[in-house]
Amino acid sequence: MMSFRQFAKHLVILVGLSALPVLSNAGDLGPVLPKAKMKASDKTECVEPVGDMRKNHMEFLKHKRDLTMREGVRTKEHSLVECIDCHVTPNDNGEYARIGEDGHFCSSCHNYAAVKVDCFDCHSDLPEGASAKMHTLNKTNPHHNDLAANGSLSQETLQVLTEGDKK
Amino acid sequence: MSNSANHTNNYRRKFLAQSAAVAGLAIAPGIVLNQVAHAKADADKATDANRWGILIDTNKCNKGCTDCVTACQTENGWGKGETLSNKEQQAQWIRKVTITDKQTGHVQSLPLMCQHCETAPCVDVCPTGASMKREDGIVQVDKHICIGCRYCMMACPYKARSFVHEKLELQKATAPRGIGTVESCNMCAHKVDKGEDPACVTACSKAKHGAMIFGDLKDANSAISKELKKNGGEQIRADLGLNTGVRYQGL
Repeated sequence: MMSFRQFAKHLVILVGLSALPVLSNAGDLGPVLPKAKMKASDKTECVEPVGDMRKNHMEFLKHKRDLTMREGVRTKEHSLVECIDCHVTPNDNGEYARIGEDGHFCSSCHNYAAVKVDCFDCHSDLPEGASAKMHTLNKTNPHHNDLAANGSLSQETLQVLTEGDKK
Repeated sequence: MSNSANHTNNYRRKFLAQSAAVAGLAIAPGIVLNQVAHAKADADKATDANRWGILIDTNKCNKGCTDCVTACQTENGWGKGETLSNKEQQAQWIRKVTITDKQTGHVQSLPLMCQHCETAPCVDVCPTGASMKREDGIVQVDKHICIGCRYCMMACPYKARSFVHEKLELQKATAPRGIGTVESCNMCAHKVDKGEDPACVTACSKAKHGAMIFGDLKDANSAISKELKKNGGEQIRADLGLNTGVRYQGL
């Protein structure tokens, strides 16, 4: 039979443990999304309900990309260029964040969720004409690393590759 | 509505349509007619009712002029930043070629780009379906599914395709292009879908050479079809039987 003292001790530990995840997440409010240029219409925030866009934007984009690329449909709805034009906006200093930086609309969430996005290997990450006030690409970001592109590998990668073999 | 009122309305409608057409002609004859000729609504798909083609008159093509190449570079954003490639590797969506007849010394100059074959070898060999022909005859690369194997580059008899070796940024919104994919002339599909001429053709007429005609090969009344019917047009390497969309005169 558990004494009251023992019970109290267990209770404190239990309460303490259950509070841990709450405490550790206390400062994290999720990704901070930059504001879009405007609402899609008077009634809707975006071209689809926001929740739908958050979950399914890649499906909309993929469907539209095939329609445009292969069949020549040029409507603006679900077009990546339109997303970029509206969602990639300058900060208070009038500067545009680049893909990979938290200030960029796509990266704000993709960085948080650690999901790689490769649209911008081919597509521009800024609205056309915005290049005058852009950040230069951050070379320490693995997505922008010149080393990866020009065939030579970074020191860390080399180390992993060579020493990984030895083990 | 009574019959006579109906009749009157029809008469008015016809009259208005005619005066609008006359007004259009008066403002800008070339441009308006041309745009009406192949305009497509944004939501419409490209169909096999059209087949786009370009007719190039080599006798009108100016030997020193490279306006078509520059216009293509400006429109599609190639020709800069390809620092890792040598000259043969760098992108050439369109190039000027000079041919000399050794017997007569006759020198000809002509622009060479993707010939938009009906039975395109590049489409035939592509293992992923990235190299594709649109319903309206435009041959292009779907870079979303291109794996960069470059079979199409080897298959093309015109050396029309190039491969991107560099990580690129700030591409044109209408011409996405990037590392690890093959690319070539797509007859400015984004402009054609809006009812405009490809950039090279516009540049050629702007330079007052008028060596290039763009139009619908399936429309017997288009300028290109009429010219082809009257004076003919050759295919480069006609022996391959590819039925190219780009034709030449004076070769």
